[in-house]
Amino acid sequence: MENPYQIYEAKIIERIKESDDIFTIKILLTDPFVHHEYKFQPGQFNMLYLFGVGEIAISIVSDPKEEQYITHTIRVVGRVSRGFEKLKEGDRIGVRGPFGKGWPLKQAIGKDVLIISGGLGCAPVTSAINYIIERQNLYGPLKILQGIKRSSEFIYHERYDRWEAAANTEVIISVDETDVSWSKSIGLVTEHIKDLQLDVNKTIVMMCGPEIMMKIAADHCIKKNIEEKNIYLSMERNMHCGCGHCGHCQIGGVFVCKNGPVFSYPEIKELLGRPGF
Amino acid sequence: MNSATKPKIAVHKFSSCDGCQLSFLNTGEDLITLSKLVDIVHFAEAGILSPNEKVDIAFIEGSMTTSEEVERIHKIRENSKYLIAIGACATAGGIQALRNFSNSNVEKWKNKIYERPETINSLPTSTPVSAHVNVDLEIWGCPPSSSQIYTTIRCYLSGVTADIPQDALCLHCKRKNIVCVLVAKGLNCMGPVTKTGCGVLCPSKDRECYNCFGPAENINCLSLGKRFQELDLSNEEISRRFLLINNSAPAFKKWGEYFKKMAHKENII
Amino acid sequence: MQNNIFYLLPHSKLPLLISILGTEKFEIIGPQSIDGSIVYEKIENVDQLPWGILDYQWPGIYRLENTDINKAFIFTNGPQALKPYLFRAQELLFEVEKKENKNNKKKLNFIPAKEEAPKLAFIGARACDLAAMAIQDKIFLADTHLDIYYRSRRENLFIIAVNCIRSSANCFCASTGDGPKVTKLYDILMTEIEENFVVQVGTDNGKRIIDQLELSHALPEHIKEADEYVEQAGLQQTKKLPDTNLRNLLFSNLNHPRWNDVAKRCLSCTNCTQVCPTCFCHSSLEQAILDGTKSGHYRVWDSCFTCGHSYIHGRVIRDDTRKRYRQWLTHKLGSWYDQFGTSGCVGCGRCITWCPVGIDITEETYAIYDNQNNDKEIIKEIIK
Repeated sequence: MENPYQIYEAKIIERIKESDDIFTIKILLTDPFVHHEYKFQPGQFNMLYLFGVGEIAISIVSDPKEEQYITHTIRVVGRVSRGFEKLKEGDRIGVRGPFGKGWPLKQAIGKDVLIISGGLGCAPVTSAINYIIERQNLYGPLKILQGIKRSSEFIYHERYDRWEAAANTEVIISVDETDVSWSKSIGLVTEHIKDLQLDVNKTIVMMCGPEIMMKIAADHCIKKNIEEKNIYLSMERNMHCGCGHCGHCQIGGVFVCKNGPVFSYPEIKELLGRPGF
Repeated sequence: MNSATKPKIAVHKFSSCDGCQLSFLNTGEDLITLSKLVDIVHFAEAGILSPNEKVDIAFIEGSMTTSEEVERIHKIRENSKYLIAIGACATAGGIQALRNFSNSNVEKWKNKIYERPETINSLPTSTPVSAHVNVDLEIWGCPPSSSQIYTTIRCYLSGVTADIPQDALCLHCKRKNIVCVLVAKGLNCMGPVTKTGCGVLCPSKDRECYNCFGPAENINCLSLGKRFQELDLSNEEISRRFLLINNSAPAFKKWGEYFKKMAHKENII
Repeated sequence: MQNNIFYLLPHSKLPLLISILGTEKFEIIGPQSIDGSIVYEKIENVDQLPWGILDYQWPGIYRLENTDINKAFIFTNGPQALKPYLFRAQELLFEVEKKENKNNKKKLNFIPAKEEAPKLAFIGARACDLAAMAIQDKIFLADTHLDIYYRSRRENLFIIAVNCIRSSANCFCASTGDGPKVTKLYDILMTEIEENFVVQVGTDNGKRIIDQLELSHALPEHIKEADEYVEQAGLQQTKKLPDTNLRNLLFSNLNHPRWNDVAKRCLSCTNCTQVCPTCFCHSSLEQAILDGTKSGHYRVWDSCFTCGHSYIHGRVIRDDTRKRYRQWLTHKLGSWYDQFGTSGCVGCGRCITWCPVGIDITEETYAIYDNQNNDKEIIKEIIK
């Protein structure tokens, strides 16, 4: 195992504005050998470093097969992400990673996959969706549910169009509040689970979003007789080290950075959504 | 960096002792570096005067104690993109805010002390900048730390807000391996309720902290006050521990007055 | 190792031990009486040891007393011991230089911190300190997530452990099973008796040092005297933790009223976590030089009692003291088992002594144990 604090320089190749407070950066590790050797699993994350400011943990959006660059989508919330927002194409940052345990894409082979995401939870599931669509012969039907509060928060338009057009794939994008400009679904994303036609014995669920949303979504899935162990969630905490040392990302007995960020429901359910954990 | 692209900085003085401005100036080589990075357009203590210029960052030292000052702070706010209050006076009202506790006595004192009291035009209270205009960042301390001020400028130049720690002094004290003066010597140390930032000056010199950096985040003044009672401090003395340099910081004001009331009750009995 | 051989080291030969360690290029760290407490700092001669100094500890109180007792290790402990020497309070992880390349592009040059590793001989580690080090080893030396900075210091550490011959009123290592007798992780182990130490070696390195001292073997009466002292130290302890599955106890009492009660007293000042020899939480710290050409990325000790510890996306998960204290205790005595297969408490009593308001971890745990207020019971009541 190499030094978890080993950090490499990366260059911003492209910067895409997704919404008022969300943007995507495509980065390239500047040392070609390092970039070539960089391997990750969908669902893992990187620690991105902004010079003189610090690091933030951001999930990897790109497909491992996309070798030209690594993609990250960032929402402007804290001081570090606000600093990242100001970067331009050609600017340099630091990258440590990848860290954590990704989506159970091996276990999902031969199964139907249900993806449920809320808000920017659509970013960490993107790599899993692309991975499955690229290798569709290995998987059963794919259903994608994405919930957003307002239509203005809808990002990745092209991606969702592409997924919708893919064979054997159903996409539902739902806004919480009605909106005249919105032509897709309306209502809480979790409400759509009830009406889904699923082969519950063959379905594996992968979800990412606010904890309360994931808790409700998991409850709905369990009600539909999907086994708890076939439900996976990607958790989010403030990580400082990425390697299970700093203690910031603990939820009870697990470290989100090391044991997750993707957990099976039984691993995390004891304290999921519990205030203070 | 040429002066056209250099951010403009102003340092304004209000009711204060000028000590905060010295924190700005007493930095040796860094001051020279700073002058290359920014354009200091107004800084009375350093002899540069242009109070009405539009600036990127305005640093405010001192509290608001006259109507002229209140008017002036509004003007500065209009002229500044980013406004930073520095020091105990600008963030909490300073030691002079003790007059806020005396109700109508200010007029009486004025007449007693000054030969021509009619020339003094002061407000009945001393208040922090935040009581009058929107403040973007507060750097507490009496005086504030030079390194926090300079870090703030560095962060501004890097396009981010400075992350001023709000933790209790104890965290920093333990990191520096300083023996706790409260536990090992029974001194009335305010460290557990005081914001870190001073570099643990007093405890590292075997003295108790007297809270010149203001209240830390999530503090428990009542529990600490009760501990001081066990250490044989009178309620009057405990009250004074809170009502000192940052007497009008809300948490210290509340609990200082609480112990003062307790002392008062004892006196009646 | 031949830790069944007992040597006798007279007090008079202690200076020789120090000088041999010096010849072997060790920096020597030992206990001293500084600023009213026992502090482990660099020592050069045996006179610096706290001869005859007794420590008295109660919740929130620590006092030293000078006596005529001719013993160097009759104190129990101070606020820190091994932890700051292995897991530094502040540590540089990498530095970054910002430079313009020939195309006027700003490049970042990352320089990892060096694994600097002074050879350190640490005199006076106690059973609780070593039990805590074993726990920190699990955190920082895990196969998959190895901390090279901790490792380099750990590999260069030579441990001269000392058995406790006295317990303070806050010690409870006997109840956690971690002391007072040292059983592991030492190079040399000493037990102080009248005018002498009974010495055992735990490693080849330890033996190599001891062989140079040309010691005679301890007599059975010396060994008996040493054993009695250590046994006595264990018997002096009055505090203990409940003998039950503490993980289940605490996690089934997350809504116990005691959490509110302790939150009224707790200062949330972080002292307990900073003196705890097993607490490992830290945060990152970035320090850029003013001209913006260079920056250092550090880690610094943090605590679950700060707001930064549970900050996420503009909110704080543990926004009050009740939640913070509960996090600390449920982790230390509960979820620590899930993470490392052991309790996070070694019974050193430091969190009790160095809490400015004297909150007692054993008392808090018993308060919940004695009046278990199972969450399920509460829910049942609510339903009724």
